[in-house]
Amino acid sequence: METTTSGRNPRARSTRFARIDWEKVLLGVAAPVLAVLFAGLVTAIVLLISGKNPVLAISDIFSYDVKPDSTVYILNRGTIYYMAGLAVAIGFRMNLFNIGVEGQYRMGAFFAAYVGGTLHLPGALRIIVIIVVAVLVGATWAGIVGVLKVTRGVNEVISSIMLNFIATSGIIAFLLQPGRLAANNPGSNDVTTAVLPTSAHFFTFSSYGGPIWGFIVIAALMGVAFHLVLSRTRFGFDLRTTGQSDGAAQASGVNVKKMIVTAMLISGGMAGLIGVPELLHESFSYGLTFPQGWGFIGISVALLGRNNPVGIALASLLWASLDRAGGQLTFDGFDTEIVGIIQGTIVVSVVVAYEVVRRYGLKRQQQKVGRELAAQSGTASPQQKEAAA
Amino acid sequence: MSAPTNVNKAVSRAKSASGKLTTPRLLLLISGLLLALFAVRAGTGANDLTSAGQIGGMLGLAVPIGLAGLGGLWAERSGVVNIGLEGMMILGTFFGAWGSWHWGPWAGVVLGMAGGALGGLLHAVVTVTFGVDHVVSGVAINILAPAVTGYLAKLTFYPVVGSKQSPPLKPLPTINIPGISPWLTGIEKHHWFAISDLAGILGALVTGLSILVVLAAVLFVGTYYLLWRTPFGLRLRSCGENPTASESLGVNVYRYKYIAVIVSGALAGLGGVYLVMVSSNIYQDGQTGGRGYIGLAALIFGNWRVGGLAMGAGLFGYTDSLQLRGSDAVHALLLAVAVLLLGIAIRMLLRKSYVGALFSLVAAAMFALWFAMTKDVPAQIVSTTPYVITLVVLAFASQRLRPPKADGIPFRKGQGK
Amino acid sequence: MRPPRTPFSSLFSSAFSSPSPRCDTSSPLLRPPGLTQERAINAATPSPTAGSPAAVELRGITKRFPGVVANHDIDITVQRGTVHALVGENGAGKSTLMKILYGMQRPDEGTITVDGERAELHSPADAIKRGIGMVHQHFMLADNLTVLENTVLGAEKLHGIGGRAKARIREISDAYGLGIRPDVLVEQLGVADRQRVEILKVLYRGARTLILDEPTAVLVPQEVDALFDNLRELKSEGLTVIFISHKLDEVLSVADAITVIRRGTTVASVDPRQVTSRQLAELMVGSELPSPESRESTVTVEPMLDASGLRLSETDPDGVERSVLGGITFTIHKGEILGLAGVEGNGQAELVEAIMGMRKLDEGVITLDGRDISAEATRARREAGIGYIPEDRHRHGLLLEAPLWENRILGHVTEPPNSRHGIIDPKAARRDTERIVREYDVRTPGIEVTAASLSGGNQQKLIVGREMIHKPKLLIAAHPTRGVDVGAQAQIWGQIRAAQRDGLAVLLISADLDELIGLSDTLKVIYRGRLVAEADPAAVTPEELGSAMTGAASGHLDHADNGTDSDTATNQAGE
Repeated sequence: METTTSGRNPRARSTRFARIDWEKVLLGVAAPVLAVLFAGLVTAIVLLISGKNPVLAISDIFSYDVKPDSTVYILNRGTIYYMAGLAVAIGFRMNLFNIGVEGQYRMGAFFAAYVGGTLHLPGALRIIVIIVVAVLVGATWAGIVGVLKVTRGVNEVISSIMLNFIATSGIIAFLLQPGRLAANNPGSNDVTTAVLPTSAHFFTFSSYGGPIWGFIVIAALMGVAFHLVLSRTRFGFDLRTTGQSDGAAQASGVNVKKMIVTAMLISGGMAGLIGVPELLHESFSYGLTFPQGWGFIGISVALLGRNNPVGIALASLLWASLDRAGGQLTFDGFDTEIVGIIQGTIVVSVVVAYEVVRRYGLKRQQQKVGRELAAQSGTASPQQKEAAA
Repeated sequence: MSAPTNVNKAVSRAKSASGKLTTPRLLLLISGLLLALFAVRAGTGANDLTSAGQIGGMLGLAVPIGLAGLGGLWAERSGVVNIGLEGMMILGTFFGAWGSWHWGPWAGVVLGMAGGALGGLLHAVVTVTFGVDHVVSGVAINILAPAVTGYLAKLTFYPVVGSKQSPPLKPLPTINIPGISPWLTGIEKHHWFAISDLAGILGALVTGLSILVVLAAVLFVGTYYLLWRTPFGLRLRSCGENPTASESLGVNVYRYKYIAVIVSGALAGLGGVYLVMVSSNIYQDGQTGGRGYIGLAALIFGNWRVGGLAMGAGLFGYTDSLQLRGSDAVHALLLAVAVLLLGIAIRMLLRKSYVGALFSLVAAAMFALWFAMTKDVPAQIVSTTPYVITLVVLAFASQRLRPPKADGIPFRKGQGK
Repeated sequence: MRPPRTPFSSLFSSAFSSPSPRCDTSSPLLRPPGLTQERAINAATPSPTAGSPAAVELRGITKRFPGVVANHDIDITVQRGTVHALVGENGAGKSTLMKILYGMQRPDEGTITVDGERAELHSPADAIKRGIGMVHQHFMLADNLTVLENTVLGAEKLHGIGGRAKARIREISDAYGLGIRPDVLVEQLGVADRQRVEILKVLYRGARTLILDEPTAVLVPQEVDALFDNLRELKSEGLTVIFISHKLDEVLSVADAITVIRRGTTVASVDPRQVTSRQLAELMVGSELPSPESRESTVTVEPMLDASGLRLSETDPDGVERSVLGGITFTIHKGEILGLAGVEGNGQAELVEAIMGMRKLDEGVITLDGRDISAEATRARREAGIGYIPEDRHRHGLLLEAPLWENRILGHVTEPPNSRHGIIDPKAARRDTERIVREYDVRTPGIEVTAASLSGGNQQKLIVGREMIHKPKLLIAAHPTRGVDVGAQAQIWGQIRAAQRDGLAVLLISADLDELIGLSDTLKVIYRGRLVAEADPAAVTPEELGSAMTGAASGHLDHADNGTDSDTATNQAGE
């Protein structure tokens, strides 16, 4: 085969790459930024309608979030949200919507707290056991979804919603009672699992604004691993391939069914970890007041961060800082609940923005390729319209 | 046409006829189930199983589930998956309470539906106009809706009540038929087999029946008529089956999807109104408690059909209300399930499906054993019934399920081949 | 009136009528060659007298898409009461043109005249109002709705959706001999029945002009005959049929007039009585046909792939067991191309998937180069040296939204240079993608663009390059040149040939019988999951192959052995 026009001028091509890449980056960043700005605008309008000063609210959010104790809070909260976001994102990368992270982390945290509080083990070993149990329980609970999908064709969204309810209002509600796996906590009317001894507390970094959770290291490592595995390993390539087209994946030699179960197990295992920092840094037991809703926050930050580890990190920090600012806003006569509106609007508008940008990008590239090829072939007649077939 | 193809067709026709739930078959099935229930009631003396209170409770819990499911039916029949039902229901609870508080109960009904419809409109804009994945959009709405109502409740109710719940709301009218109710109660008290049971069921229908229950019943019948008996319904359903084909025949697919999803939101909103105005008389945060999702489950259980959905909602409402009753009622239900499974096993045996029969038989034995070995069933386990049933249905009857063919697939104008 | 713009019209001028309406209105003389005298007279009776306006007239139609001109300067005149064929290769712009005529797309320039009146078609509804109806290549039917519901959809105002509509459907069905039952669910119908429902839908709306887009692509020959009978019936009632196809024999047998379209424009209008299919084909392609001619044999005696006793059955949801593959045994030697002929849906796809390991066989042994791979997973088989050009490149061959270099890794992720020790090497993969782009002439501005932005031919060249560059022992090529322009087609053939000389064994599956005969060293025919016949490509004709594909002939296809068989087959295929 002879060399053709496409290979003739490598320099021209490489500059073209640079341009395409630059544009891609710009398009990628445009969507979330626009969504956040749009959410800010909507919030400002809401505040104006309710007779409050939006400028003051926004300046409050910014000024408050840079205080040292706020920063620590944001980092610690962000750690949790980040892990939740990663757990959801690994599913999304596989084209699986793991809406069941909520149930998976609560199951993981509950059983880890019970096992950790019941077994008498030296500190470090206890921590390891707690982490392992949390991962295993989360993975098992998510694995049910995967197995149901590959063996019975049950849609993962429906089954994980059902399993969320079975986990929280069924299993945990049943077991978290005095006489079963929990006991009345003296001094309050909370019912909790056995409280962990201080030897099982996870390490922290002390800072001017208070202790920063040591778990932030684990979260960061998870992010790095997420990136490396997905972009640099055969397994990650197979996983992304399956997410883009299961037909192509199967033809390329991926065992799609196995991949679905594996991805659900990984997602669930990561979900199981979400509650662990709370357990080892804050509550030291699982009780009626153990925080809920992190699974859904995970979905929010994964969507905003476009399933990208860096994007999710930024999204988690944004979410945590909005949460933090919510507490402060009441002092200036605002309602904490406005934060929910900001977050909700961001989620809705960012999914729209990404879809619009994706379509625009594809269309633009098709046009560009058509133009450049037409320019290359010069005298040749117009390209036949085959791409659409 | 070659001969083998005809043979295949004949086979498949015969098959589909034997598998279909025709009306007489359905009636037979329902009466069979009721008789089994009556028998268990008489045998165990757990009179709550069919008491007017239990049936009334079931209706009360089934209606919001059913309305949410009906909303889901509209959306999914037009091809839009609606996980956002929960959020639309939440909007319904707040706007219903707010309207009712300011302008009376009927304004509450209208505003609650409008609030839900607003959620539906948002879902339609995101999924239909912008083509975003339906589940993603629905989840986003479920995140946004409670935030919006939380803020609005703080803004409106907090200054008055001092918390984020509404002041007590005036009730909607109820229907009582004088004379009949006490008479039925009298019969029910005798605990005669079947007769007292039926009296209990009828009693629930004529005593303190909320007007919203009647409205819900009308909406169910009306939906069936509209979607299956009118050109409008045909067009709407065609958008859920093959929107490209609809478009090629001049149907404005976007418009029908918009209408369906907005109606879907309004119906879910009405479910929310029911929760604030009939199930209780105040608005509270988190009042829906996942009923939007159970509505979705009832829709799947009911195979995306009005009648099936009503049965699903009834079943889930029944189990829900049982846990509010005495625990011996739930306990007795274990026996009912065992009897039911035994029935299924016999049916499978007659159809020569031995493995299935064996499974059913073993399950029946396990439930019977559970009944014999224990005194009560924990309420938490009972509360999971709808979810477990849905999972079982999905896992074992998925070939019989017929969701609309283009359900959940984003559709773009003018891109059909 | 514009004269035909191609130099070929002058070459073949004697064979083609001029495209002017004056000549076309003399169409009572036109008669489909397959008809008997009697029926031809019937067909001709309602034909228009001189001076009545054409059913459809397109003038100077141009349509541009982003970066592409799909149609330009299209001129077509369709006379009322005729079957008018529109022929052209894949991607020539036929479908776009018909979408314009049906109001699904607006032309950028040009005029459409229907029954002598200028028409602005903004939507299919406008076209329907003008009496134009379309039978799409991919049926536009909702499986879960009944025939009645599918028919009345969008036309509810005509006769409601109940009894009156049902009566009208029966009436039309009887009038044209369509044999349609209105209460059946569409999912219970076979392909030919579905097509009749589509025709009925169009007639129900009162269409006087029917557009049929590649109507025979999905039909077996007997069904094609039945369809053509229906079309003649329609014509005899004074309706007009526009028939899009690239199957030239069929076109010649049914059409009263033919317009050829090439590279988005009309290049000739011809009279089917005065043109051969070879001449038509050359008009379509615009040059001498690149036909895969036979050459010196490279076939060796060493077996590369050995399949023996492959058996596969499936159970449908109703519990009925159906045999998909039955006792398939064959051997492909090193340097041999084995062509598998068969009407689609006779087990070819399943056979390919079984050899690839994507489907579990009930029975049978597959040996590749002496190694039993029956129990291996797909990936292991690929690593062992099976290359795969899938039938549907968008669903099975590409990641459309991923860059070309990731598509180059697809299917070969475990092989060098793509990865080492489980780690992807993007740099090496990129470099190698550049090489494929160069050596296999993939026309692209770079390797970072998504696969979706390439044309079909270039996508296919990328796939071929990706599979061939790993020097496979066996190549499974399913419809390797489907939807590909002629230039790319010749290149792909050339590449397969070149590798064959180095000992590559190929299993070739194609619906294009000329390709099969031209490229293969050995031919086998698959029918209902069984290998029913074999043939020597040097001696067999497409007609003989066709008859075996429909089960009419079996064993070794040879002129001498069973002349009578192939004679009947020829007649069937010719009609």
